[in-house]
Amino acid sequence: MNYHWDWAVFFKSTGIGDEIYLDWFVAGLGWTVAVALVAWCIALALGAVLGVMRTLPNKALSGVATAYVELFRNVPLLVQLFVWYFLVPDLLPERAQVWFKQELNPTTSAYLSVVACLAFFTAARVCEQVRTGIQALPRGQTMAAMAMGFSLPQVYRHVLLPQAFRIIIPPLTSEFLNIFKNSSVASLIGLMELLAQTKQTAEFSANLFEAFTLATLIYFVLNMSLMKGMGWLEKRVAVPGLIGSGGK
Amino acid sequence: MIRFNSVHKWFKDLHVLNDINLEVKAGEVVVVCGPSGSGKSTLIRTVNQLETISQGEIWVDGVNVADPKTDLNALRAEVGFVFQHFNLYPHLSVLDNITLSPIQVKGMDKAAAEARAVQLLEKVGLAHKKDAFPAQLSGGQQQRVAIARGLAMDPRVMLFDEPTSALDPEMIGEVLKVMKDLALSGMTMMVVTHEMGFAREVADRVVFIDHGQVLESAAPAEFFSAPRTERAQQFLRQVLTPMR
Repeated sequence: MNYHWDWAVFFKSTGIGDEIYLDWFVAGLGWTVAVALVAWCIALALGAVLGVMRTLPNKALSGVATAYVELFRNVPLLVQLFVWYFLVPDLLPERAQVWFKQELNPTTSAYLSVVACLAFFTAARVCEQVRTGIQALPRGQTMAAMAMGFSLPQVYRHVLLPQAFRIIIPPLTSEFLNIFKNSSVASLIGLMELLAQTKQTAEFSANLFEAFTLATLIYFVLNMSLMKGMGWLEKRVAVPGLIGSGGK
Repeated sequence: MIRFNSVHKWFKDLHVLNDINLEVKAGEVVVVCGPSGSGKSTLIRTVNQLETISQGEIWVDGVNVADPKTDLNALRAEVGFVFQHFNLYPHLSVLDNITLSPIQVKGMDKAAAEARAVQLLEKVGLAHKKDAFPAQLSGGQQQRVAIARGLAMDPRVMLFDEPTSALDPEMIGEVLKVMKDLALSGMTMMVVTHEMGFAREVADRVVFIDHGQVLESAAPAEFFSAPRTERAQQFLRQVLTPMR
């Protein structure tokens, strides 16, 4: 390969103000984290509620949650993003439409769309993991808790969910990493997150290989540290003898 | 304390409980025995409505448990239940297993609940294990903790569903000992078990049930020496002298 690598490119001026290319990557990483973390918090909360709903004896509630999962799991992520960004705003009441399309700055509206998209998409996947976590528990646990006078919400709060969440930490970790990786779709609706900044650097500087190498490295290091963090969490909440407890 | 009035239960076509009429008086220890599949586990689970009934009435301390208006959670808080497979909460320490319901259901203060739990653990000989997790205990120890957990709610009556059937033989004794002490302290108990030694020594009355029907209900001396029905005689032969 006759390519002249130039790693110093990241410290060169972009020609816009006194920014260097590295500043773009830092800003991009900031947006990536801001998208992924906020979407993850929503996905985790919504997914937990839906996962519990799927295990309830009430047919209507579990039916709603099942329908939700089928809808959000069977439509490609990118299609969902375009729906959230191009279609959903048009369905809002007129006042909200004006606000979203005109008053909000374009970055914020793109941010809101991608957060909604990733949150609702990932919630379907979290839901399935919470459901399997609960269903993996022996039926005697529910029986014992009921026999002690617990109401159904108390059974979930004190007996089922603390065990289910411990069991599903490994698959949840995988979803947590996915949401960071999936956040790169935001570049397609103009949010300047890590991938968008990488493409822009490549175009401005013509150092395409360096730009994408750095982006790869950043995603890799980011996800590796998240994985380590979740591994630490898993060990921290581990309980002797409970399956999925940090390999014990 | 507990009264069954013409209780029936069907699982589809299977008549699991057939016209059960039974009374357990306050302070009485009643052992329920019978061949497997006779309906004895179903019977004991109907008392706190872990199993519903199809027909009839079950009165526990003046409350009809089969009445849809009955507050089952309040009822269950007054009725201790010990399971064959212990069903301790594996994510909680021994102490937390015992204090969870008193704190959450009865609104007991944490310090008071813990003091009471330690007291109960001393009673079952496991005070030194209060910080252990269930998986770190033997089966016999887990079942003793489960008994302490049931007692922590200060129940009016304790129900035991084959409490020693899942245990290794050398651990059965320690659990039966705890149950015997409990019986001597005046607790009302209904015990489904195959431990005929316990029945003979501790029970006030033995109830024999087969095919969902109560066939015998007698004092142990009478039941073991002169069972009236052919099926009870056959059952006793098999349980007492299994090799012959």
